[in-house]
Parts: sequence; structure tokens; C-alpha cells
Amino acid sequence: MTPQATALLRLQAVETGHALLQVWRVPAFSVPTLLFPLMFYALFGLLLPSKTGHAAPAHYLLATYGAFAVIGPALFGFGVGLALDEEMGWLRLKRVSPMPMAVHFIARVLTSMVFAIAVVLALSAMAAALGDVRLEAGRWLLLWCTLTLGALPFCAMGLLIGSLVPARGAVAVVNLIYLPMSVLSGLWFPITMFPEVMQRFALFLPAFHLGDLALTIVGLREANVPLAIAMLVGSGVLFLMLALAVQRRRAR
Amino acid sequence: MSPNPAAPVARLVGVTHRYAGLTALDGLDLEVRPGEVLALLGPNGAGKTTALGLLTGLLRPQEGQVELCGGDPRDAASRRGLGVMLQDARLPETLRVGELVRQFSAAYPAPRPDAETLVLAGLDGLERRPYGALSGGQQRRVQFALAICGRPRLVLVDEPTTGLDAEARRAFWSVLRGLRLDGVSLVLTTHYLEEADALADRVMVLRAGRAIVQGTPMQLKALSGGTRVRCRSALPPEEVERWVGVREARREGDRLVLRCGDADAVIRELLRRDPALAELEIVPTSLEDSLLDLTHDRLGVAVPHRSAA
Repeated sequence: MTPQATALLRLQAVETGHALLQVWRVPAFSVPTLLFPLMFYALFGLLLPSKTGHAAPAHYLLATYGAFAVIGPALFGFGVGLALDEEMGWLRLKRVSPMPMAVHFIARVLTSMVFAIAVVLALSAMAAALGDVRLEAGRWLLLWCTLTLGALPFCAMGLLIGSLVPARGAVAVVNLIYLPMSVLSGLWFPITMFPEVMQRFALFLPAFHLGDLALTIVGLREANVPLAIAMLVGSGVLFLMLALAVQRRRAR
Repeated sequence: MSPNPAAPVARLVGVTHRYAGLTALDGLDLEVRPGEVLALLGPNGAGKTTALGLLTGLLRPQEGQVELCGGDPRDAASRRGLGVMLQDARLPETLRVGELVRQFSAAYPAPRPDAETLVLAGLDGLERRPYGALSGGQQRRVQFALAICGRPRLVLVDEPTTGLDAEARRAFWSVLRGLRLDGVSLVLTTHYLEEADALADRVMVLRAGRAIVQGTPMQLKALSGGTRVRCRSALPPEEVERWVGVREARREGDRLVLRCGDADAVIRELLRRDPALAELEIVPTSLEDSLLDLTHDRLGVAVPHRSAA
């Protein structure tokens, strides 16, 4: 490896480590994003169904709360975190430093993915130990990879929100998008419980397709896999382009 | 990197910058020479921050040329020779001083050892302190540490001591002076005239996006009349004003007040003409007085190359 590449990797490692530290040291962010999906899963996936005698929710909600759990840190980390850093002037200071801004954005993406992996692994442990969920090793691995990579389009969506909305409004806007989108995408209740119109509408939501892929991996649905991947990649690219266009216009 | 050690570290050539109809810079030329301390001085809205925005690559030049270390400041590579302290940037409160310094050092090819940076910025012993737990003056010094940690050739400092009390300001000045020994070029913007006078080799006064005057603090003082002489004397001001070396003479009660270029000759003449003269006071004009003159346009001669008409 050339010395330049080594230096760049080191810079990336420091930037990523500090991005994680920064989030870790603000429990107001890290605790809810890690604990809420686990609490919801314990309640709706494990406790209530054992009373009603249904076994399916433990499987179903592992997949969909998994999707819900990775979308949160991505939307909040980019949508709120970025807007805050911009308002503080911290991003401006980075822009005038010799660090390429790509390093900063990659660090943010990696931070969201670390959170995603952590919460997905915790959910899986609960599902296996308490919900009696059994999957082949390959399926587990595929589920973890899909959900972690599935955070990426939502990083781009968060970036767009963070580029458009000032820090004060960002939390509200992210919540207004995060929660309704999760419900309408069938991450809280099976989409088949909704009227026909809403099921059609869900096809336009990237969160629906991430949930659909996860449900297919645990064996509860048969997703149109190429369509789901195309929708996730396509929406991610679209949000990224829009966000970059907004950022560029602001740079003038 | 630069073949010619005397080549300017940074420059603006004929730069004009407008925001929605408002002209922030109006054909500004600016050159930063190696090792000098240049103060950009002017009231709010004079164009100081815009000039810095262009030199740091934050702003895209609209008209004219911007150069940093022989390249374009919008390239990250040119900024390896640049350290910046922004006026109103807040840093993450949870990160520790040492972590912040390490993070910024990692972006430069040959940074200072962390310990040296901390000593230079006057942060010795605060390495493990979270940024949010520092005083205002200490936070300012951390921002300064981030500007110098990479051994840049040019350090830009925007209003470094705004909002600091007199003691913290003086402490910060001594930190800035320490940097000079290192041969680094320093550009600072300020609206404290005292600050420019205390630190700068060269002062450039901006008004409405133009350099209305530049020179050493001494030259600026000389330009606007040098010395104030006050005494009790019956000599008529109309007559004294005609003497060589007197710019202005007026009466304040029983006092005669003069502004002089060459005070020595004027004083000899005063004493010769008025043996009863008493209570003579000689005060060098502060840079502040000079600039009040300049920004009020009383000193037409001080605008060397560009007339407002």
C-alpha cells in the first residue's frame, strides 16, 4: 500500500472512531435507538403472542422490527446529526481542513451501520433465546447482511432531510417520516391487514421493500427480490443525488 | 512544494464577490507573504469574512483569481498548507481536547506531535478534558490548536478574541506571538484596532469590500497625522495651522490642540514663538484614531490607487 493510502485509511479510522464516540457519549441518542426496537419486540413479538397462543409474531417481527431498527439510526444520524453539525459550524471547520469530505460521510455511514449491526444482533439473540426462532446459519447471516446494507438508502434519505431542514426542525421532520413510513410499510402489522389501496401504496416505500426482503429470508413471504433490490438501490441513489444537488447549490 | 520561498503563500487578484445584489468584495487584491502577520481590519460588512471564505475554499470565486499555496483552495490538497480558526464554530462537547487534536492532525501529511501542539496552544494538561467542560478562552485555544496542528504555512484566524475578556485576550495574543517564531504566515481579521496594532506587521483596512489603505501600524499612524500636541498658549490656531508639519490646529478653551506630522519641529517653533507656553502634552495618535479618520474618509490622501468617485 502507498503511504498516501495508509494515511487516508488512518484518517478514515480516526474519523469513524470519533463519530462513534461522539454518538456513544450522548446517551439521549444511542439508548433509544438501541433499546426501543428491543422493547417493542419483547412486548409485541414475545409477551403478547404467548398469551394469545400465536407463534408467528416472533418470526414476523424479527424481520420487520429488524428493518425498523436499522432505519432509525440512519435517518437520525444523517437527518438530525448532520443538520446539528452544520449549524454548530463543526462541518464548516471540516470543509476548510485538508480532509476530503467523503471521509466524513463514510464515517457517518459506518456509524449508522455499526448501530444497525448491534441492534440486529441483539434482536436475533432475543428471537432465538426467547421466541424460539430457528433459522439455518446461512439465513441468519443473510438476514444480518441484508438489514445492515439496507440501512444505506435511509442514510441517503436522512442526508436529504438534513440538507433541507434546519437543525431545530430536523427531529420533528424525521419522526414525521420515520414512524408513519414504518407503519405504512408493514413493519408494525402485516401489510395484508391493510386495505388494497394502502398495500399498493406501500410498493412505493423503500422501507416496505426492506421489510419484504427480511420477511422472505425468514420464510414468511415471497418477495419480488429484483424489484425490491431495484427499489432500495434506486431510492438510495435518487435521495443521494437530490441531497448533493441541494448541498452544491448551498455552496455558492 | 513551492520553488520560490519568497512567493506569496496566498493571494486574491481582482476579486469581486456579491450576495444577492450586495457587493461584499469589490475588486480586492491581497497578498500574504511568507512569515508575515497580516491584519484585515474593518467594521462588520467590510468584506473580511468573505475574503477568508474565498481563501479557505468555502466560497467559489465569482470574479477574479484565488490562490492558496500555489493551488486552488477548493482542492483538499492545497489546504494541506492551511490551518483555519473560524469565528463561530462550535466543536462537539463530548470529544476530549486530545481526541480533537489527533483527529485534525490525521488530515495533514506531517503534523506536529500532539504534545507540542498542546503546549503551543497553551493547553498543557487539558488533554483529557471534554471540550464542553472548558472555559471560553480555553475553547478558543483548542480551535487554535486545530489550526496549527498540521504545521501549515498559512494560518487564518477569524476574529480570534471576540467575546473574550481582557485577560483571556492577552493570553491569546501571546499564543499567537509564539507562532511567529515558527516562520508561519498569519492572517487575522479583527475589528479590535488594538489587536492589529499589537500583533500585525501589516494592516489592511477594508471598507465596503475594498482595501482603503494598507501599511505597517507605524505607517498608518503617520498617514493620519502622527502626534497630537496639546498646550496652554495664546497663539492663534489659524496662524499655527500654516506652519510646516501641522495638519490641524484648533482651540479648546485656553488650550491649543494640534495634530502634527513632524512633532519635534513644531514643538521647537511653539516654544520659540510663545515663551509663556505651559502644560505641554505630546501624545502619539493611537491606531484607533487613525482608523476613525480613514473610515470617515477625512483623509483623501490615504487612498493610494483607487478613488471612490
